Amino acid sequence: MKPAPFVYHRPASLPDALALLERYGAEGRVLAGGQSLVPALNMRLATPGALIDINRIPGLDEIRLGAEGLVLGALARLDAVERSPLVAAHAPLIAQALPHVAHLAVRTRSTVGGGIAHADPAAELPACLVALGGTVRALSRRGSREIGAAEFFRGVCTTALGPGEVLTAVVVPRLAPGWRSRFDELARRHGDYALVALAAHARVADGTLAEARLVLAGVGATPVRAARAEAALAGRRMDAAALDAAARALAEELDPPSDVHASAALRRHLAGVLLRRAVRGLLEA
Amino acid sequence: MDTTVAIELAVNGTPVGRRVEPRLCLADFLRYDLELTGTHVGCEHGVCGACTVRVDGALVRACLMLAVQADGCRVETIEGVSGTGEVSDLQQAFAEANALQCGFCTPGMLLTAHEILQREPGADPARIRLALSGNYCRCTGYQAIVDAVHRVGGARGRETR
Ligand SMILES: Cc1cc2nc3c(=O)[nH]c(=O)nc-3n(C[C@@H](O)[C@H](O)[C@H](O)COP(=O)(O)OP(=O)(O)OC[C@H]3O[C@@H](n4cnc5c(N)ncnc54)[C@H](O)[C@@H]3O)c2cc1C
Ligand code: FES
Ligand code: FES
Repeated sequence: MKPAPFVYHRPASLPDALALLERYGAEGRVLAGGQSLVPALNMRLATPGALIDINRIPGLDEIRLGAEGLVLGALARLDAVERSPLVAAHAPLIAQALPHVAHLAVRTRSTVGGGIAHADPAAELPACLVALGGTVRALSRRGSREIGAAEFFRGVCTTALGPGEVLTAVVVPRLAPGWRSRFDELARRHGDYALVALAAHARVADGTLAEARLVLAGVGATPVRAARAEAALAGRRMDAAALDAAARALAEELDPPSDVHASAALRRHLAGVLLRRAVRGLLEA
Repeated sequence: MDTTVAIELAVNGTPVGRRVEPRLCLADFLRYDLELTGTHVGCEHGVCGACTVRVDGALVRACLMLAVQADGCRVETIEGVSGTGEVSDLQQAFAEANALQCGFCTPGMLLTAHEILQREPGADPARIRLALSGNYCRCTGYQAIVDAVHRVGGARGRETR
């Protein structure tokens, strides 16, 4: 199918983009990489009156290490982030996750801002951002604000961004000493959205996971933090019994959906498989 | 009311100026406005890879980019890279290995394969298979395509050594 007609704007600055968003209100939509929005236009699942293309706004594609941490601009392309030595060094979780997102010719266009703002429940980046305790920077005509990742994702494709607000960057805190990351997922086909994905970030000390942050994608409306499994890992010697107990805690706390891709029972099982792999990987690395 | 927008771009090295509807995607622009029908359209939602082209050197889905977004850009299609001979070794290997039957997926496969071999000259068959997983082929069963790409990767490596 072909998209319904819309008006197209290509603002050259953030103030211009914000003015356009205000002018069009609910009819206006930000266009970033277009890798989620254009399919929705093509299928007429979305029929906005105006597209505000932010691709030519200078400076929004930065990948930079600042005092606050690793800053990924809204327009940083996933392909560039995946290949960035800064990301590999300071956010290895994100570097490990990105090869799972779609395919090369989609990642060259897809943006960090789009991946976070779109907030697909099975998407990799939102889970990583929550696991790393990152923040989202948003700007509107009323000013700028920072939103913690855990508060940002509100529901299926629903976020804390308000009307007229643009995501300008995400910030990931610097990697603290002793912390390691493991990202893994199971999908029907490489590049598809995950059936279940696990973003694991942990402090390794004396052969144990002294602290662990486990965030799953594909098992709920938003990224889901597995607090009981985290507690079951913390500070324990990971022998077979301890791993079984952690996997059981995870299965009990998850309430995944059943859909055409997988049943809830399968997703619960796969989450346990990913947990075992992650623990082994984190301790070996 | 005229709702079209003027765009200027370079397609396969040739400057092009047209007026387009904002909702026209790059793939349809190439096919209908410029009659470059080597860029195929299968799914229109980024899944099949038949519409793959290069924009400013980057591999993209032409069904997921609007023609207006290519304003000021350098677009290269299968016609362009065939003309320059950039992918002639891949084309020959595809023919020899029976890596195409109906040919619908072939332009996207060639452009993607070329990009893989440039990024990872020594890519093994498993890496090639993974990288081509975003390109559907409904005819060959993929094995012959992976063989052909792997063979070219090896030959290009020997040439540069
Ligand atoms: C074949 C295919 C497979 C895919 N597989 C995966 C996958 O496995 N995992 C995955 O996570 N994703 C996947 N994606 C989607 C991913 O690549 C998207 O690109 C991404 O989710 C959206 O980023 P975008 O830059 O393309 O945003 P767009 O499509 O441009 O925008 C998406 C939404 O976010 C809004 N938006 C974008 N940027 C901003 C901003 N800066 N401020 C405010 N709002 C904004 C838009 O208005 C729109 O509503 C896939 C896409 C395709 C085509
Ligand atoms: S037509 Fe563009 S990916 Fe299928
Ligand atoms: S040769 Fe027919 S789709 Fe690939």
